[in-house]
Amino acid sequence: MYQFKKALLTSAFLLGGSVAAFAASCGVDSGRVNIVGNEFPAIQTVAANAAKCEGLDVKANLTADHQKINLAGMQGDPAEYTTAIIANSSIVALMNGDVIRPLDDLVAKHGQDIPKNQLITIDGKVMAVAFMANAQHLVYRKDILEELDIAVPTSYEEVLAAAEKIRASGKLQNPVGGAYKTGWNLAQEFVNMYLGAGGEFYKPGTAEVAVNNEKGVEALEMMKALSEYMNPDFLTHDSNLTSDEWEAGNVALMNMWGSRTGRLMDDEGAEPVVYENTTVGGPLTVGDSGKRATTLWWDGWTVAKNISDEDAEATFVAMKNGISPSILDDETMGQAVWMIDGYQPAPVNQGVFDTIAAGAAPYPMLPYHGLLHTAIGDNISDFLQGKESAEQALSDIEAAYTASATEKGFLK
Amino acid sequence: MAVVQNKKYSFALMLTWAFLVVWLLVAAFPFLWTLWGSFKVEGDFFSKADWARALTGELTQVETGGVFTGAGYEGAWIKEEFWKAALNTLIMSVCVVTVSLTLGTLGGYALSRSTYRYAFWLLLIALIFRAMPPITLVSGYLLPFYEWNLWGHLPTAIIVLVAINQPFTLWMLTSFFKNIPKDLDESAMVDGCTPFQAFRHVIIPVMWPGVITTGLFSFLLAYNDFAVTAMLLSKENQTMVPKIASFLGTTQTKGNVMFAVSSVVSVTAPLFVLVLFFQRQIVSGLTAGAVKG
Amino acid sequence: MKHKTFFWFMIPSLLAMLLFIAMPIVSVLIQSVYAPHEQVIVEVENCGPFGCETSTAVDQDATRELREAEPLGRFVGNDIYTDRNHLATSQVGAAWSSSTGIGDFISKLLNLPFYGALLFTLTYTAVVTPMALLFGFVIALAVNTLPKLLKGPMIFFSLLPMIVTPLIGALILFWMIDARGVLGSFIQWIANDPDLSLKASTPLTWAMLMVYGIWSSAPFAFVVYYAGLQTVPDDTLESAMIDGATPFERIRYVVLPHLLPLTTFMALIKIMDNFRVFEPIVSFNAAAHAQSLSYFIFNDLGGETQLLSSSAATSVLTIIGVSILLSPVLVRTWRDYGKS
Repeated sequence: MYQFKKALLTSAFLLGGSVAAFAASCGVDSGRVNIVGNEFPAIQTVAANAAKCEGLDVKANLTADHQKINLAGMQGDPAEYTTAIIANSSIVALMNGDVIRPLDDLVAKHGQDIPKNQLITIDGKVMAVAFMANAQHLVYRKDILEELDIAVPTSYEEVLAAAEKIRASGKLQNPVGGAYKTGWNLAQEFVNMYLGAGGEFYKPGTAEVAVNNEKGVEALEMMKALSEYMNPDFLTHDSNLTSDEWEAGNVALMNMWGSRTGRLMDDEGAEPVVYENTTVGGPLTVGDSGKRATTLWWDGWTVAKNISDEDAEATFVAMKNGISPSILDDETMGQAVWMIDGYQPAPVNQGVFDTIAAGAAPYPMLPYHGLLHTAIGDNISDFLQGKESAEQALSDIEAAYTASATEKGFLK
Repeated sequence: MAVVQNKKYSFALMLTWAFLVVWLLVAAFPFLWTLWGSFKVEGDFFSKADWARALTGELTQVETGGVFTGAGYEGAWIKEEFWKAALNTLIMSVCVVTVSLTLGTLGGYALSRSTYRYAFWLLLIALIFRAMPPITLVSGYLLPFYEWNLWGHLPTAIIVLVAINQPFTLWMLTSFFKNIPKDLDESAMVDGCTPFQAFRHVIIPVMWPGVITTGLFSFLLAYNDFAVTAMLLSKENQTMVPKIASFLGTTQTKGNVMFAVSSVVSVTAPLFVLVLFFQRQIVSGLTAGAVKG
Repeated sequence: MKHKTFFWFMIPSLLAMLLFIAMPIVSVLIQSVYAPHEQVIVEVENCGPFGCETSTAVDQDATRELREAEPLGRFVGNDIYTDRNHLATSQVGAAWSSSTGIGDFISKLLNLPFYGALLFTLTYTAVVTPMALLFGFVIALAVNTLPKLLKGPMIFFSLLPMIVTPLIGALILFWMIDARGVLGSFIQWIANDPDLSLKASTPLTWAMLMVYGIWSSAPFAFVVYYAGLQTVPDDTLESAMIDGATPFERIRYVVLPHLLPLTTFMALIKIMDNFRVFEPIVSFNAAAHAQSLSYFIFNDLGGETQLLSSSAATSVLTIIGVSILLSPVLVRTWRDYGKS
């Protein structure tokens, strides 16, 4: 009996010990932390590690609907959420709402060791800390290209030529893939293509849109040419369904998010001939502008404005712990292209690094760009279906954007 | 003559039954397909290469070693703790039904017994209220709920669902109460009962069929709701439907999709039992109620 | 019933509706006539992991002053209702004066989002509402002829489309109707066209959405009608039989009139639900081919930048649209109300 008790005590002690090993102090010992963000695995990892700080009350609400609730959840006083995990496209909604605070003093106090390139500064003030990068780039089937003696494409023109060759060979009927689902995905592809064609979205220094030009037509024409080689349902394919097409072996070339390539190259859900030959390439170009037809993305965290300084401090140290080098292990390493020290890129992530190295443009971080993105997503599927001209589609985009930007007070 | 007519009838009857068989297939096929597919891996059930793989389970064989796998169920219920969501849904549905019927029977009874025009206007306004898209309502709640610390709790979602469903409940119950003869409660009041006592002793004992029918519709609403629960509940109070949605997420992770499929089956199973159990009441309830408008 | 008694019975229900529906509707009305303040834009230098660039941002200090001066925003009256993304009055006027013919005008009109969505929504409502009711009625008649033993299971399977959560539509039905899915392949086989894809053409997508609408709402009509059939007085039916009425005539002259009030009730509910059609559009990724007012609201609220005033205006327009559609039925109910 005594032995048994002792054994119990020992194991209890061991358990206690292991918990203590996880829960270390992060430099601040009390305060409230509440995280709102998207739900993909990398963000789950960050939130779980933020929760390991001893003494802090850490909660998280990670959901696909995070963009619908983060603004409302940070507008109260005190704010429900002390931090929101956002990307460069979505930080502007929080900036516009004036619900996040500059982090300069907290960086000076607790964040001296955060590498400079992770700090997102807007107008000289640190507003967010980035922890992962993402970009779209070429993904191709090595075996099919080799068999037909096609060089790895570096431009969309070469993609079209390769697609024609593959189709002509009878190997695949629709060799090109792409996330062209009407709405956000389709708009993202247009943003890529338009930037790649060398276009500017706005009249310099203003919120006045200017996409109805030859660059816009060029971008749309290229998208339409590509869609001819896609599955006829391309307007319903988001990046999940595009990945499914890929895994089914129906596609040989596509422009895809770096964060998705790990899934394509693992051994689940596809035949060996597909996953073994899935290879990542670099960013593509369109036309002769020399620009890359893709955008760079980061994900990062912010700290709410309407909370006490103590909670802000607690939030800062917890989130810093959430992105510290210690979070990287065998499982988490492949979840994202981390910007954290000690991250070792796998071959699947090479595409994102190539895109960064090629000097692609970051996704525009402008207060009104979200409105344009929505307007684009709603107005180009008619053109891609051949129901209206490119000029008409572009003028619809401009009209839809102008109406919503006027409502929001960006235009008079 | 009689023979000819019999032949005609049996032909008509066969036609009817053939129609029913087709309808049975149309109605039940997607669910049966899902039930079958929930024991396969994602690559088979959602195969883009060949739909027949969902039947044969080629990849299931390769990836798990058997033709059937319970991985989806195991992952959802054990790893992802789907039972917590199931418990939340149970609490929420029972509360929504109870509260909604309590408010609805009182209001519906009053509306059915009032001879004044304003009762009609009330019903009409309630109906117009129902025209409001729920998504607008929910996004309107967010700010005040966060401000007053009401966000995320089950009771908040319950009262919101009750309120959103109140117009439908009132219409349904009003038309039901109208079919209970007025003499019943009026004579009770002549005997010296207060209106509430009349309701309590005369109406309540005979109202159950209609109430059960209305309750079933309320239950289905609460059970299947996504718009309200996805936006207003915190992670620990999450109910089943938003939990399923979170298995899918914006970025689908391997295996999680099958968690969602097996959860969809799990969510529907209790409804079978419920519908089988209450099916006679649904029918008899409506018989006594909404039927006569 | 006395006013006071009526009031006490109604108060809990009224309170719930007042707090959670009426007040939000009032705030939505207010929101639809106020827009956010004019934003003061300044040029800034942004730096991040990918280098620095010149960009713009909202000048919060300047904007805050405006915000404090008028907390509701700036009053814009019906500007949002009439802008291009809603009723588009000036665009419609311009299209009218610049059109070469009625066909040209209609195509210009349908290119405006509101009218394009209205066309789909009205078509959907006009097709799905009567079809679902009719279908439910026929199923109810058919089930009613079954022997008692079979009735139970049949009712329960017939209810499946209604009780399976709509999320299943998002995932499983969407896959099933894919060109390579089980239903998609079946349809190709029937149509004898191996390239047929339901998701790629607008007319087929519309048909698909409507078939889904009928499929998912027929069970509701079925249950209600089936119950109604049980109350058809036996003696009336018998006397009709003695008079030599065929089964068809019995349905036409005895059953149908009996079920009319019920049809009114269901038509009200279904017109309302169908006018707000939204879930199938999102579930079937059909926005390229079909949009509805509710989809616009979803889009306004789900974008990177939320358009609250715009979604409020669309919501009010939805309520007005529903009221117009329901008015014939409501007038009928109004006339009948005093009678019973």
